[in-house]
Amino acid sequence: MRYLFALILCLLASVSGAQDWEDRQRFGPADASRVLRVLSSTDTALFEPLLRSFVAVNADTAIDYLVASTSELDQIFRQTPEAYDVVISSAMDLQFKLANDGFARPLEDFPYPGWAQWRRSLFAFTSEPAAIVINRDAFAGLDIPHTRQDLIRVLRDRPTLFQGRVGTYDVRQSGVGYLFATQDARTSETYWRLMEVMGGLQTQLYCCSGEMIEDVASGRIAVAYNVLASYAVARADLADQIEVIVPSDFQTIMMRTALVSARTPRPAHAQVFVAHLLRQKAAAGGGSATSLPGLDLTRDAAGQSTIPLQPALLTYLDTLKSAGFFKDWTDAVIQ
Amino acid sequence: MTDTVRASASLRRRLTLVLIGGAAVLALLIYFFVRHYATQIAQQGQDEVLGASVTSILDAAVIRNGTLEIDFPYASLSMLNTASDDRVFYAIYRDGEVLSGYPSLPRRAVEPGGPMSWTAVFDGTPVRITTAARRLIAAEGQTVISVSVAQTQDALAGTLRNISQTVALFGAGFFLMATALSFWATSATIGPLKRLTTSITRRGPQDLSPVAKPVPAEMIPLVSSLNNLMGRLDHSLRQSEDFIAEAAHRVRTPLATVRSHAEATLQRVEKEENRKALRSMVRAIDESSRAAGQLLDHAMITFRADHLERQTLNLTELVTDIVSRLEPVAEMKDIAFRVEAAPVVPVSGDPILLQNAIRNLIDNALKYSPGESVIDITVCMDETARLTICDSGPGFPPEQMAGLVDRFARGANAEGITGSGLGLTIAQDVAVAHNGHLVLSNRSSGGACVTFSL
Repeated sequence: MRYLFALILCLLASVSGAQDWEDRQRFGPADASRVLRVLSSTDTALFEPLLRSFVAVNADTAIDYLVASTSELDQIFRQTPEAYDVVISSAMDLQFKLANDGFARPLEDFPYPGWAQWRRSLFAFTSEPAAIVINRDAFAGLDIPHTRQDLIRVLRDRPTLFQGRVGTYDVRQSGVGYLFATQDARTSETYWRLMEVMGGLQTQLYCCSGEMIEDVASGRIAVAYNVLASYAVARADLADQIEVIVPSDFQTIMMRTALVSARTPRPAHAQVFVAHLLRQKAAAGGGSATSLPGLDLTRDAAGQSTIPLQPALLTYLDTLKSAGFFKDWTDAVIQ
Repeated sequence: MTDTVRASASLRRRLTLVLIGGAAVLALLIYFFVRHYATQIAQQGQDEVLGASVTSILDAAVIRNGTLEIDFPYASLSMLNTASDDRVFYAIYRDGEVLSGYPSLPRRAVEPGGPMSWTAVFDGTPVRITTAARRLIAAEGQTVISVSVAQTQDALAGTLRNISQTVALFGAGFFLMATALSFWATSATIGPLKRLTTSITRRGPQDLSPVAKPVPAEMIPLVSSLNNLMGRLDHSLRQSEDFIAEAAHRVRTPLATVRSHAEATLQRVEKEENRKALRSMVRAIDESSRAAGQLLDHAMITFRADHLERQTLNLTELVTDIVSRLEPVAEMKDIAFRVEAAPVVPVSGDPILLQNAIRNLIDNALKYSPGESVIDITVCMDETARLTICDSGPGFPPEQMAGLVDRFARGANAEGITGSGLGLTIAQDVAVAHNGHLVLSNRSSGGACVTFSL
């Protein structure tokens, strides 16, 4: 038992110490009696108000906010689920698989609409569409694309203008990018045509929405496809350079989800944190421009156009299935 | 009589218990049967969905350019969505090797063909697993692809809970209704028995007629043997009454002859001791014939009491008539009657019986009154018609008062007075036959009082 404990401590030390985080910040008093370790894919800036309001109410609790990309986050958490209390991610499929595989702890006495949660252990709290983000200057004099068809037409009409200046997620790196791509692909064949067109234009591949937005704003690329609209809208400072378009043909709307680790040493406090998170976001039914758009819980399941939380999310995580998808995607995008 | 009947378990309780017990057993059987059946159907439903999922994954398996591709549709797992958010696991195997999915999912060998379902435990929870296999022809030969899809059983358990609740409610309802019905059935069954008991209990002491009302077929043997028994009883009672009457009658006539002979002889004998013997002989004969007469009276009363011939009579008239007829006997003993009577005291009764009873009562008073005394006779009408006869004799012995109306019972102080012990019995029988009473008492100034009320 003692050896096991020591081993776990070593592992903990190695994980927390050696892990290369995208960002890591601590909120709350330095002498807090407990520290909640929150593993998240969300940029700290977007979450900061919420975290600050939590530590303001719960004075004896501090938060260690650890940011990683969705795929990394999934791997890290699967290796050491006991080292983290709460996991927040935009990759619904990976989060769903965590819950399905028993990594999430069901929360008792927590009323929440059925369509926005799964097994009382995975809770959705934002509604974030994938958007087309364009550089206003680059599209001066051109039709603003409102559908994927429009975008295909614009790109085909001006190949020289867009050569090397289009971007999208590298689905092999980003979990949320893979989610958007697979959901697009299962909804419409237009996705593959768009990918072929973008591939023909030597599309730039990105790990994260933030970088895509920066590059569109700076003019390095003219258009980015499947960017998290919430991130783009949140960048009020770039509003003059970029325009965020949510496609009108069909929308792929992701819900950010949170779960409490099944092996958390602080289940009660983790639940309090998740409850705070859901209350702040979801109950608000829409956030301010500087934070993530909340989920409208007043509407029922039928009124939702978000990606449903259901076992089918496991489909594209299947190794055969994803291998096939990666092959098709690579064939289309990297020519 | 009733306290000598030994009771075994009550029929009603037995019947009720058997019926309720049967209903409980039936309710339990229904509960378990329906639940079992519902479980099977619910399980079948889950198996079908799992089977469809497995089939859709298997159908997607193709070998293209020598490599296996299983591009199964989104719907394959989407169809496994349940209201209870059941967890879903799957595994895809090629020739027994895990290709993708959950490698540790419990496995069973399956031949290509129809799907097979079973329940196993995976990751600490019971899951339902459906497996099917398919043979594919590849360049290097045949290859067998098998797919297992597993699902937890939360939704199924919820459905079963609902069904169990509904069925339990149904079973309880059935049981309650059956219980109510069994109470009803029991009282309906016991009813005729109760009615028979009531009709027999309500009968007068002399009524030995057969039960005439219709009874259920099951009770016919009991009732017919009852009727039979009563018939025999009635017959033997009648026979003995007849015998007594016949015997009294037969004795009375020769006694009269013997008396007249004895009286004639008394006139002729001179010797004092002979005369004395003859006188006591005459007195003995008188006593015997009087007893015979009273036996006859009693037999007659027993007979007439069953077939009372009621008429409206004036009790005063009846009493004065008897008094005037007994006047000569009273005068012989220097006894006077003092009659206080309302002019009309209407009664409804059998005149012959009433006369008999009143005559016996006044006779008694005469017998026990000392010479030169007065017998008070009162006839009045208050709530009931009432006749009181009081003498100045020795009175009733108080400790024997209750038993004096029995047949042949005589007071301890009645020695030396001729009497059969039937007078009060006759009066009592007549009073009872008319739904009246006979009350014995003693006067404070000495003497017996009999109150005859109708």
